[in-house]
Amino acid sequence: MIRKPKHRAQSGHLKRLTLLGPVLGLMLLVTAGGCKRESQVEIGTREKILIMGNGAEPKALDPHIVSSVGDSNILRALFEGLVAYHPTNDMLHEPGVAERWEPNEDFSKWTFYLRKNARWSNGDPVTAHDFVYSYNRILHPEMAAPYSSMLYFLENAEEFNKGEIKDFSKVGVKAEGDYKLNCTLKGPTPYFPDVVKHTTWLPVHGPTIEKFGNITEPYTEWQKPGNHVSNGAFTLTAWRINAYVKVRRNPHYWDANTVKPNGIDFMPIDNVFTEEKAFRNGLLHYTYVLPENLIAKYKEVGDPRLRTETYAGSYFYRCNVNQAPTDNVNFRRALAYAIDQKTIVEFVTRGGQQPAYGFTPPSEAGYDPPHVIAFEPERARQYLKDAGYMNGSDVPEFTVIINTSEAHKSIAVAIQDMWKKHLGIKRVKIENQEWKVFQQTVHDTNYEISRAGWIGDYVDPNTFLSMWVTGDSNNNTGWSNAKYDRLMEESGLISDPEKRYERLREAEQVLLDEVPVLPIYWYTRTYLIHPDVKNWHPLLLDNHPYKHIDLVAGGDKEEEIP
Amino acid sequence: MDNVRFVFFRFLQSLFALLCIITLTFFLARLAPGGPFLDEKAVPEHLLEQMNKKYGFDKPLVVQYGLYLGQLIQGDLGPSLGNKGFTVNEVISEGLPVSFILGFVGLIIALIIGVPVGVFAAANRNTPVDYGLMTIAMIGICLPTFVIAPILGEIFALKLGWFDVAGWEGSTAWFLGAMTLGLYYSAYIARLTRGSMLDILSQDFVRTARAKGLLPSKILFKHAFRGGITPVVAYLGPALAGLIGGSFVVETVFGIPGLGQHFIKAASNRDYTLINGTVTVFAILILIMNFLVDVLQAWLDPRTKTSN
Repeated sequence: MIRKPKHRAQSGHLKRLTLLGPVLGLMLLVTAGGCKRESQVEIGTREKILIMGNGAEPKALDPHIVSSVGDSNILRALFEGLVAYHPTNDMLHEPGVAERWEPNEDFSKWTFYLRKNARWSNGDPVTAHDFVYSYNRILHPEMAAPYSSMLYFLENAEEFNKGEIKDFSKVGVKAEGDYKLNCTLKGPTPYFPDVVKHTTWLPVHGPTIEKFGNITEPYTEWQKPGNHVSNGAFTLTAWRINAYVKVRRNPHYWDANTVKPNGIDFMPIDNVFTEEKAFRNGLLHYTYVLPENLIAKYKEVGDPRLRTETYAGSYFYRCNVNQAPTDNVNFRRALAYAIDQKTIVEFVTRGGQQPAYGFTPPSEAGYDPPHVIAFEPERARQYLKDAGYMNGSDVPEFTVIINTSEAHKSIAVAIQDMWKKHLGIKRVKIENQEWKVFQQTVHDTNYEISRAGWIGDYVDPNTFLSMWVTGDSNNNTGWSNAKYDRLMEESGLISDPEKRYERLREAEQVLLDEVPVLPIYWYTRTYLIHPDVKNWHPLLLDNHPYKHIDLVAGGDKEEEIP
Repeated sequence: MDNVRFVFFRFLQSLFALLCIITLTFFLARLAPGGPFLDEKAVPEHLLEQMNKKYGFDKPLVVQYGLYLGQLIQGDLGPSLGNKGFTVNEVISEGLPVSFILGFVGLIIALIIGVPVGVFAAANRNTPVDYGLMTIAMIGICLPTFVIAPILGEIFALKLGWFDVAGWEGSTAWFLGAMTLGLYYSAYIARLTRGSMLDILSQDFVRTARAKGLLPSKILFKHAFRGGITPVVAYLGPALAGLIGGSFVVETVFGIPGLGQHFIKAASNRDYTLINGTVTVFAILILIMNFLVDVLQAWLDPRTKTSN
């Protein structure tokens, strides 16, 4: 048989396959074409559309419903709060809808002066009444917004949210005219501008909400493209589940001239390996994460697209203080001091994380937690003796529960080994549970030791320390300490930032002394970013205001695939 | 008359099976620990109560089941609890066509590869060619899609640049997805084809044909092939259903927004309504396929009816 020339064979293929559907044929034509297509990223840069990997599919695009990191990444593009995030420094504030703001003497009352040129994406002016409406909505008991507690800073907000007060006008937020918003808080809150940057404090457009349902109806059609009205730099143009959320320039945005990108495509790719491949394939400007076992590969070649940044988060283990053996404070101390954190971050997680000597990560806000926790095996063994054990072998069996994930498992195995090596504890079980089961177990405090992580909602130690107060819904350890509670309460009444930090440090000292939690490391964020993306600065909370981000082709030459 | 009764009986059987599946799914989903509103950050108790009330989860389970069936009959699968603001109907109508294209193209690929390989192996029975092909097919069956898929992606998308490695609209990644599924099923089809071809080739009429001195290729394609392919045709229905429903891995690896992803994610999100919805849709699909195949087979070969 005569071998047909190659292109003939291909066109023969083509003919047969076109019958399967025009799409297939088209695709083969593209491949048969042979010339290199412009990649999605190249097109994106040319059209100034940023294409971002964004983890899991968003649960919703309503600021009053969601609060996952990925979801708030999208909301930050769509909405603008009173105060906006600064592009380079978490400690600084950018004016948002409010042009300026001022506290009273003890920081318990704040006045926000709104700009007159702020507009919703449909052209309506953004007024103080919109904010009052929004806070009424998120705090309304019937709305059942899961993160409404973020607004408990406002006087009577908690009572209203729990239905103890029916009248919203008693809650500490008032519009004075169209462009002045007065907030009365429960106590002095010098970091209040940081708090109002959070997604839960974003405004929603009342008439739009009520066009599709009543004020407290959470999941209506209003969040769909075409219906969605927002006040940020961008407006929602397309949303397909598990495929994309597309936002484009909002022409009515007050600062539209500053906005550099024409739009952002958020790609929900929750398989981290797929995301990394998509990046290499030129489908993404930015990855949401980089799996730890790929970090080394990028590091080796010194790939400039790899970024590792400090992130305001703490990785730790919770101990159930009401159950043996973790009910014994000396036993918990023994466990804490026997964890070789440095080995974990260097050889297990490998993402440049910091060994945690305290619970709250040190921050630009000037807070440094007390240096308490360290790897001191000698001391750990002494604590074990103080706890009443001769050596590790008489410690009863206990279990560390983790949610199913290779990363958590490797860390747990390393710690299991350290406890065995340094304390002689042989009977430590590791049990992994599926995510929801795990959450239920933790909320029921039905464990001995459980894995945990906490990312700060705002830059202030309060977001890390308030959860350990007696009965806090995120405590979940059963730990309760009167002194800690008192110190935390006092800190809430101090307006001087330095003095407040001192009180918080005292409180943290109590926490670290009793170790209901075993600190392990402070987070970093590791991700890949395309050299075309400009003005993307490291941020502690990773809340980038997108309007400053620029896309310029041919920044650096693209690196070889590692 | 007999035929009509058979079809009617099979139809009732399918309906009964469907009802069982729907009921089991409904109650099993609720048995799993955790719930749709549970999150890493604790949701205050009073809010959980409020949300449960909103979705009617505070009512007795049996009452909820009754209400659910009532809605289901009207074709309303309720709101998705994991994809807020979308109804389950919307989620499914967006995802199903994607999975369908993936599965259908996968099946075509499986046939294009599997049938010729099977026939060829049968024609060269017990030769190194046969052993070689069947070993490859066995490897194909043993290699899970989550191994094949990343390999295809690495080679055809990242090394050769022929396809995209992920995406759906404006992306060519789905072809790699279909290829993964196709390769996997082609191994089954190859083995099935070979088996039934061998069966036919050993029958009397083939021997007669041979004795009459017909060309081996003519015997193979004209006489044996028709009979040999019948079991494969019967397999197509369930295979297509399996392909559409079983594309979770492929959809995840290639970032394709099909129904397979929802199928798994709904379970891990405890998205009760979406779990019920996707299971129901897949169940209907599989039942229809099986029903059609049964009816078709009964029509082709009346013996099946009596053995049923």
